[in-house]
Amino acid sequence: MNHAKKSRGLWYSVLLILALLPIIPGPLQGPFAQHVLVLILLFACMSQAWNILGGYCGQVSFGHSVFFGIGAYGAGMAVVTYGLTPWPGALAGALLAAIVAMAISYPCFRLKGHYFAIATFAIVEIFNRLFMVWYWVGGALGLDYPIIEEGWKNFMWFRTKTQYYYGAFGLFIIVFSFVRWMEGHKLGYYMRAVRDGQEAAESLGVNSTSVKLTAIAISAFLAALCGAFFVQYNLRVDPPMVMSLDMSMRFVLITILGGLGTLWGPLLGAAILIPLQEYTRAIWGGLGGGVDLIIFGILIILIVTRQPKGVMGFISWLANRSRAAKGGDE
Amino acid sequence: MALLEVRNLTMKFGSLIANHDVSFVVEEGAIVGLIGPNGAGKTTLFNCVSGVYKPTSGKIYYDGVDITRWPPHRVARLGAVRTFQVVRPLNDMNVLDNILVGAFLRTSSFEASLEVAEACLEMCHLEEYRNKRAGSLTIGLKKRLELARALATQPRLLMLDEVMAGLTGTELKDAMDLLRDIKARGITLLVVEHIMEALMPIADKVIVLDGGIKIAEGPPSEVVQNERVIAAYLGEKFSKRLRGMKA
Amino acid sequence: MAVFFQVVLDGLLNGMLYALITVGLSLIWGVMDVINFAHGEFLMVAMYVSYWLGFLMHADPLISWIASGAFVFLLSVIIYKLIISQLIGKPALSVLLATFGLSMLLKNICLNRFSPNFKLLSDTYLGGKVIPLGDIILPMPQFVIAIASLAVIMYIYRFITRTKMGWAIQATAMDRDAAELMGIDTARIFALVFGIGGACVGIAGGLLPMYMPVHPEVGSLFSLIAFVCVALGGFGSIVGSLLAALLVGLVEALVGFYVAPIFKYVAVFGIYLIVILIRPRGLFGW
Repeated sequence: MNHAKKSRGLWYSVLLILALLPIIPGPLQGPFAQHVLVLILLFACMSQAWNILGGYCGQVSFGHSVFFGIGAYGAGMAVVTYGLTPWPGALAGALLAAIVAMAISYPCFRLKGHYFAIATFAIVEIFNRLFMVWYWVGGALGLDYPIIEEGWKNFMWFRTKTQYYYGAFGLFIIVFSFVRWMEGHKLGYYMRAVRDGQEAAESLGVNSTSVKLTAIAISAFLAALCGAFFVQYNLRVDPPMVMSLDMSMRFVLITILGGLGTLWGPLLGAAILIPLQEYTRAIWGGLGGGVDLIIFGILIILIVTRQPKGVMGFISWLANRSRAAKGGDE
Repeated sequence: MALLEVRNLTMKFGSLIANHDVSFVVEEGAIVGLIGPNGAGKTTLFNCVSGVYKPTSGKIYYDGVDITRWPPHRVARLGAVRTFQVVRPLNDMNVLDNILVGAFLRTSSFEASLEVAEACLEMCHLEEYRNKRAGSLTIGLKKRLELARALATQPRLLMLDEVMAGLTGTELKDAMDLLRDIKARGITLLVVEHIMEALMPIADKVIVLDGGIKIAEGPPSEVVQNERVIAAYLGEKFSKRLRGMKA
Repeated sequence: MAVFFQVVLDGLLNGMLYALITVGLSLIWGVMDVINFAHGEFLMVAMYVSYWLGFLMHADPLISWIASGAFVFLLSVIIYKLIISQLIGKPALSVLLATFGLSMLLKNICLNRFSPNFKLLSDTYLGGKVIPLGDIILPMPQFVIAIASLAVIMYIYRFITRTKMGWAIQATAMDRDAAELMGIDTARIFALVFGIGGACVGIAGGLLPMYMPVHPEVGSLFSLIAFVCVALGGFGSIVGSLLAALLVGLVEALVGFYVAPIFKYVAVFGIYLIVILIRPRGLFGW
């Protein structure tokens, strides 16, 4: 089982590198660099959460920002409205997101192709507007965090970003370990079977509806946890920030860029896009003149037309070429 | 003992009657052939039994249980598994993973499923393709994969839809041997086929459909002499040749 | 009571605008089974063309729609050849993602060059003019767009059903391989259809600066509404998407006025979800 040993080696190497990143002296020490690192991990986790449903199970939804938002509002409400620590809010948000996900998607599963995609757009737009007018969650103004004691209990820090980084790293371990486990487990196989041929899968005894519901519940749960982290980092949340089509598409595009349905794809995609996004904004100010999105748009077009399997696909193409050159077979 | 009993099955699509009042039984441990011209309703029948279609009327009993209108995955769980005429490999997964999906029906353990999958891989002579992407296989290999995958679910009733289409010479012989092997393991077979030379020698019983109606049922030696069958499907010359074949 | 009729009139006029924007998408979807996520951005580009012609050369939108239409037609054909043609036959997700990338590209190029500020032409011929009809008023720009929409839709309908090229398009839509076997150059048909679809939205965008300010985000919502109209009307039905567009316009206006503006699109998208869940093929789809 050479394959399994190699992937375990890679997994622990990546974990080690990520664990050490903030401590390496040099350009990675500055607050801005640390900010970028935190966002990379956050978006990697968020995209991976989407990847579970979209990449592994083949159900492409553009509505994941809703789950992200529910998680953000869950933690946010706990802190701002109820004066608690964010932890119960995050958990409540994650559970609620999973329930909402299952409730909404169950009737939508019988929609085909284009209709399903558009339904997910519609759902984001509806949630966006509902949250704008909903008084209890702060309406259009959203939630602003008060200045309270920093630390792990409140999951907030003001002076350095290092703890945030390790918080994000913890989230990364949770999300990516789960996907690693899932890849080798019956659930992972069933999800991919539903993706590659639902009718064939059903003829082999796979209950596709139950698999899809499981996938979306897990996906939404993890997405909400990411949202909770986001609000703790950002210290404020409002509907356009989290419940928008743009945010949803970001998760999709990061995953596609990195490699749909792969373990490392979301991390690679985030590692490319987030620095691009943050540095162009830093240089040009404001929205950065949209330069990051111009480049991103071009990248996406190139990926989809040339290398649909994204960066991971490119990497395995390189690996195949070198293997062929060496003349060996695995 | 009848493992599968189909009673007065009718399947209509609007005004098109694909299956009309079809009744037959499949005894446990037998190889039963289902033949007839194209458009006779054979695949429709499969789809009704396996749960892809909900029959307009009639009943289907598997091992005494009424499975009419059951969803496909429940029928498969009971042990009645079918393959598709137009093969449906899980394209982006490799051969071994395809078979694993089948094996996982009976156990959640990866190791146990791997054992079963390896056995099916061997039985269908697919070992050298284990890591190949299913979508990249030739049609003959895809058919074998479809069969291996179905076998991995450890079925009691295996329904094969034209599994020998496109095979020639030794491939056909190997396929026939494989079916005999499957029967020897106690699996009941219901087989749709057009290749009479392959089916007739191994089938215990043959059912003939034409235009949605069952026009004959019986051992191969009888069916090939049946005039209605000859007129609708076999033709005189072919019938003579089959009668001359050794069982 | 007059208020009610005014709201209905405004809704129908807006619906006709949606119809013009949707017909192009419906044609493309019906013939090539392609969702162009950048459809709204083509509208935005057309609006910018018309705006700049108006701002720099004082050309009125009533004239510059020709330039807008032509420009987007060419842009569409180029986009088809460069991007879409590579993705025909690939899973639907590919085209959706590629055109989404395209929409991001177009939107942000305009953001970069023209800033996010709203730009409005102040001295168009029809801008602000109305025709009083008893107790209600008929706004001229919207009315002209509605007329244009009707004209374009009728022209396209005649083109598709009565001309040789139109029949070639229908044949290609029904069965591409069969059409090829009959000597139809289907790749050219696809390029043409994509171009026509773009031209429709280009005409709409050319006329819109009469009353609508242009900014990089203007197309996004129109994209979504067009998708909803096509899906609601049913894949493949031009008449269906026209009726759906009118319905959407009406619902939007009535809900916006009698309930609250924020709920306009909640109602529109809500209706989409309800209809599509009851009739997964849309109102008229096949």
